[in-house]
Amino acid sequence: MPSTTETSTAVRDQGGAATAAPPGPPPSRARRPSRWWAWGFLAPVTIYLAAFYAYPLYRNVELSLREYTVRSFVQGGAPFAGLDNYRTVLTDPAFVPTLTHTVVFTAASLAFQFTIGMALALFFHQHFPLSRTLRALILVPWLLPLIVSASTWSWLLNSDSGLVNAALGVVGIDPVNWLTSPGWSLTSVIIANVWIGIPFNLVVLYSGLQAIPTEMYEASALDGATGWQRFWGITFPLLRPVSLITLLLGLVYTLKVFDLIWIMTKGGPTSSSATLATWSYRLGFGNLLPEFGPGAAIGNLLIVLALIAGLVYIRIERRQQLR
Amino acid sequence: MTTSTPRAWWKTGVGLVLTGLMLFPVYWMINVSFTRDQDMRASPPHLFPTNGTLDGYRAVLDQQLPYLGTSFLVGLGTVVLTVALAAPAGYALAKLRPPGGPALSFLLLIAQMIPGIIMAMGFYAIYLTLGVLNTLPGLILADTTLAVPFAVLIFTAFMSGIPDELLQAAVVDGAGRLRTFWSVVLPVSRNSIVTVSLFAFLWSWSDFIFASTLSGGGDHQPITLGIYHYIGNNNQQWNAIMATAVVASIPAAVLLILAQRYVSMGVTAGAVKD
Repeated sequence: MPSTTETSTAVRDQGGAATAAPPGPPPSRARRPSRWWAWGFLAPVTIYLAAFYAYPLYRNVELSLREYTVRSFVQGGAPFAGLDNYRTVLTDPAFVPTLTHTVVFTAASLAFQFTIGMALALFFHQHFPLSRTLRALILVPWLLPLIVSASTWSWLLNSDSGLVNAALGVVGIDPVNWLTSPGWSLTSVIIANVWIGIPFNLVVLYSGLQAIPTEMYEASALDGATGWQRFWGITFPLLRPVSLITLLLGLVYTLKVFDLIWIMTKGGPTSSSATLATWSYRLGFGNLLPEFGPGAAIGNLLIVLALIAGLVYIRIERRQQLR
Repeated sequence: MTTSTPRAWWKTGVGLVLTGLMLFPVYWMINVSFTRDQDMRASPPHLFPTNGTLDGYRAVLDQQLPYLGTSFLVGLGTVVLTVALAAPAGYALAKLRPPGGPALSFLLLIAQMIPGIIMAMGFYAIYLTLGVLNTLPGLILADTTLAVPFAVLIFTAFMSGIPDELLQAAVVDGAGRLRTFWSVVLPVSRNSIVTVSLFAFLWSWSDFIFASTLSGGGDHQPITLGIYHYIGNNNQQWNAIMATAVVASIPAAVLLILAQRYVSMGVTAGAVKD
């Protein structure tokens, strides 16, 4: 690699939050000639978006509004059912528990991921020997394929031979049926999901910390502020925008979580760890007789939740850019 | 920046412990992959693979190679398609700024937020009609949706950093827009191409939801399904399951070792935009 690019990246890297190059000045539209021809470069991705995002989404809405059977799924001609599928889902006795699991799973995952990620970010921000290498190593859980993490945790939490129960036994606690008892299955998948999410929170919050000018800390050190006061007085308020974005992105990702729960518990036992995502999959693909209509209806409810979070995220980000 | 005072080394000690705790499940996966069948249910579990065995890895070689090959091909296909779609788009959005560009960026941001299960159901319905279920191109196409929006955002962010003078110089030299893009913009953007390729490969390699819905019944199944069938079929042979998991983690490890810089760049660029 030529050294020029090496150094330029290194500089940017040290800049922390500014890892992505800053966008240039906004275009002054009045003076520029029409740039419609530039859509030539955008055409592939536009067609792609229409064909592979918009159309599957449209198909999904259509699925949710018709009464599909396996036969009509293949051959077409399913009768229009209006909002029947949504009514079926909303009045299903499983709806309220599943929604509750989704909320608990999301809220608990976010709370723990964020708190632990923040603590680690603050710790690694102190720059000690090896801190860079260790920080990179902590990324591993986030990079592993979800099926790898999920099966590893399944074995760690195995009732009879899992290490977690063996460790509890040493302290004198009776073994817990982590994955096979309805009381614990949701906790188990939350634990695994928190583990996966910590690195992301750490990296993003760390980059936010790096953007805080050191002079702020020096000034407060002169004023004799303690570490705790520094955190609540300087770090936390200045980190608020980055924290908000971290939490919102976490929310969008956590709502999507499907693989992890499906591999560890399949949403069971007796739906005790089912979320909207796993329920939707179970209806569409998990049974011998697929119920595509209700499955798609749940999917669309999920997308509404994700989009609300997404719009809030975009709003906050816009407001920060204006500042 | 790093000072070697005793206090700093004490912090390194704490850092090592914290990292060890975070990575313990990964160690456990490796440990179990070497554990003999008869030791698997030992109580207490063996913390080190004393009397280790390579049976698990032998099983991987015997049974999982086709899955690994499929994952590799799908990963490469995803990378090529993602870069081909996203790099021109990033260039246009960053440098040409066409009318309607911001709207497209907005759509891409929204697209990232669509849960995979919804995409999977839509793709399933379409693929069934087209008859491309259980095909490699079908899976590649679906997997690119994991990476394309992210890739466009990354390319846009990085390419806006290219000095305008450089592009104008190319135009003065008589290069057309396409030629400028090909001979100036792309070579300069090598770092972002690496970042995007790494993530696209990793995401398609890790994909489970598209694989299980779109390739679940075919000859071309990726490694994620290999592990999944393993868990379902012979949950006695945990050393084989964990050995497969270790092998499936290799791309992530390689990525971290070779390209650590790009990884944190990708993570932060996706989240913190300035």
